[in-house]
Amino acid sequence: MARTLTFKIFRYNPTKENDEPHIDTFELEETPRLNLFTALHRIREKQAPDLMYDFVCRAGICGSCAMMINGRPTLACRTLTADLADTIELYPLPFFKLLGDLSVDTGVWFHDMAKRLESWIHTTKEFDPTAEEERMDNATANKIYESERCIECGCCVAACATAQVYPDFLGAAGLNRVGRFMFDPRDTRGEQEWFELVSTDIGVFGCIGMMACDDVCPKDLPLLEVFSYIRRKMNSGVKVAVTEMDLT
Amino acid sequence: MRTLISDVLIIGAGLAGERAAIASAQAGLDVTMLSLVPPRRSHSAAAQGGMQASLGNSVKGKGDNPTVHWLDTVKGSDWGADQEVARIFADNAPIAMREMAHFGVPWNRVEGGPRDVYIKGKKTTIVEDDANEGLITARDFGGTAKWRTCYTADGTGHTVLYAMDNLAVQLDITIHDRMEALCLIHEDGVCIGAIVRSLRDGEILAYLAKATAIATGGYGRLYGESTNAIINEGTGSWLALQTGLVPLGNMEAVQFHPTGIVPTDILVTEGCRGDGGLLLDVDGYRFMPEYEPEKQELASRDVVSRRMKQHILKGKGVQSSYGEHLWLDLRHLGEEHLTTKLREVYDICMFFIGVNPIKELIPVRPTQHYSMGGIRVNKDGHAYGMKGLFALGEVACWDMHGFNRLGGNSLAETVVAGMVVGNKIADYAKTAELNANVSLAEKFGKEQTDLIQHLLTNSGTEDVYALRDEIAELLKDHVHIFRTGEGLEKAVTGLKEILGRLKNVRVKAQAPGMNPELSQALRIEGMAKQAYIIAKGALLRTESRGAHTREDYPARDDKNWLNRTLASWKIGADEPEFNYEPVGPLDLPPGDRGYGGGQMIDMDLSLEEYNAKVDVEQKALGKHTTSDPIGVSLPKEAWREESPYKDAK
Repeated sequence: MARTLTFKIFRYNPTKENDEPHIDTFELEETPRLNLFTALHRIREKQAPDLMYDFVCRAGICGSCAMMINGRPTLACRTLTADLADTIELYPLPFFKLLGDLSVDTGVWFHDMAKRLESWIHTTKEFDPTAEEERMDNATANKIYESERCIECGCCVAACATAQVYPDFLGAAGLNRVGRFMFDPRDTRGEQEWFELVSTDIGVFGCIGMMACDDVCPKDLPLLEVFSYIRRKMNSGVKVAVTEMDLT
Repeated sequence: MRTLISDVLIIGAGLAGERAAIASAQAGLDVTMLSLVPPRRSHSAAAQGGMQASLGNSVKGKGDNPTVHWLDTVKGSDWGADQEVARIFADNAPIAMREMAHFGVPWNRVEGGPRDVYIKGKKTTIVEDDANEGLITARDFGGTAKWRTCYTADGTGHTVLYAMDNLAVQLDITIHDRMEALCLIHEDGVCIGAIVRSLRDGEILAYLAKATAIATGGYGRLYGESTNAIINEGTGSWLALQTGLVPLGNMEAVQFHPTGIVPTDILVTEGCRGDGGLLLDVDGYRFMPEYEPEKQELASRDVVSRRMKQHILKGKGVQSSYGEHLWLDLRHLGEEHLTTKLREVYDICMFFIGVNPIKELIPVRPTQHYSMGGIRVNKDGHAYGMKGLFALGEVACWDMHGFNRLGGNSLAETVVAGMVVGNKIADYAKTAELNANVSLAEKFGKEQTDLIQHLLTNSGTEDVYALRDEIAELLKDHVHIFRTGEGLEKAVTGLKEILGRLKNVRVKAQAPGMNPELSQALRIEGMAKQAYIIAKGALLRTESRGAHTREDYPARDDKNWLNRTLASWKIGADEPEFNYEPVGPLDLPPGDRGYGGGQMIDMDLSLEEYNAKVDVEQKALGKHTTSDPIGVSLPKEAWREESPYKDAK
């Protein structure tokens, strides 16, 4: 017997005068292998033509569709209704600016994060189109790739206790990005530069170690490993700083 | 209406758009990028398998060079490509890969020494050259003579897009995301910008620029069942078409990828077969070697898709509640390979269809994947019929793919065209005058606000989503892998009827702001008209070439059809206009591809006779004069030095 699913969806349109945040309820017949991508489209196209949400690749690759599904931040496209109870509660991700209903502005936040962290290879070398590429050991390439796999969906930040208190906190996505460039031999930033970037309470020392980020990351990024790597690096950085102070 | 001005306006911020924006920014120009979505969510990010470039670092790529890459590309295109453009591409691809390494892409690298791989179904040991340790490595892809596809596991589009966007952030390039261009602003055949709708709050704005470039990707979503992201609805090609002046090239050339998963139509990369994956039928029988003894699973995509469909029609498909399919077998590749080099594939199978590819077979069938057709541009990327308008990447018909593109060639095209065309855009913008004609912008803006008002208050009863689905059904039923005159007539008639109903579309959602139903309604005319051009173009082309397969005209007809379809739609006209131009200068004479079988009708002109008419006929159809004369980038008969021609008499 097919189930009738009940969707309780957070609604709010900030561009609509006098609109108040509220919950709308929709019913939908469950079909085999139904995921939330298809379910939300069916609701929009038949019941609520103004329902706002974000999907792009619908394949778990682009990171657009993260939302709170029964209280947990995750990707809607790859969530099957078969894994959920009859009633499904959908809320937008907290922390990010709400654009409307289930749509939040992760794009601008991640763009600003990239800018703050100078998320690019720092090098003085010019590209020489006639030269062979600089060599890299494949294990290093794989290690960079592990952190590079972040799809900027925002689940880690939405799940993070520190981020809810300190809006400037870099979050797991930000720290992971720092790790990605620390691992990269092409980036010339030294210990002092990394230290200034992340050794603060909105950086690696703001993390209180609850690791909800690690629980919810849809890409299973090695966040624990990356954080401990950065902390080890930063601790050695602190020693450098203390030694320098002693000398003066 | 707010009006924003920059030197260069780039519509679309995927790989091609961003690389072109970077070229202009590096030339000291002020650039604005518009995108439907944050740049890193562009469909470029979903590309898995890799980028073709003849670096020749892997032992299985030994002896590779741009000429061999070019040969594979021209054959892959079934001689429909512009051979000079394919050459520009092949020559620049290695530079683009190295440049991306410089920008931060963690390409997989050569590891010296022996390793086990699967080639043509057999486990084989290859020994990588220690001297190449640490250089960019490559995997095998279909339709290629060498292992040439550079990759980062199966997240290549993702890593290249992230590296590109990092650089765009570093250069502080202005990005306005969640913006949809609705029309171009133009006068006397010169483009001066675009009218844009904000998908955040519904605001209508004008963006004016000296040069405008469209890089919005393909039109795969017209088919409904497609591997494409849901934003690939032909919005960029519609911008060009609706001017009435710019033709779209080869819209009937649509690629079906052999391995979309069933259901959901999500792609699993060609890298699966490149790394040794096999196609099996309902009996568990590996059928491809029977049809294609030489290339087997790794013939070009048009050929493999056709063979799969042919095999299903023989009664060898697997029945399912989602229709018939075949199997992709990756089990022998083993857990380590599937959870590292094919990790996205593993995740997609596990999450979306509950199949563990380490132990189970993956249900696959050919699914719409790529748009070879698009805005017709010259080799500089400059659009026919409109000055100051450029197009690049999948939205463009540049045209290096002809009637079938090779796997790994489109992702590579984005960065190569981004570099080559990007520089041409910058050159153009450096000398062009800004035409800040605000009253012209107001006129185009008013047309759009009137259209929006009409859609919101129309008394008609047509539902935009139902129309979208009807368009998709017609294309799926009649303009798919195998096409017939009879079926195409049905599609053309059906689409014509839909075109007549567009005026009755009414948007139910009245709320201000994003209004997703209004967005769809603003796209539907472009979708219907492009679908019509695809179907009509396919009906008119009475031959089979690459992905365009006519059961009633099975031969490739080089006598009558060695040409490119150009379709334009004059403002107010009931029907599009179809013209045909030579494909470009020919250097490699039309011949057998070496796979796919099929008949050929030979051309009756000599190469010299054909080449003599190329430039004149193309210019008569709106091609602008290029910065270098036609043909200078196509070295004469370089292919004679390469296998299989080298040893041939």
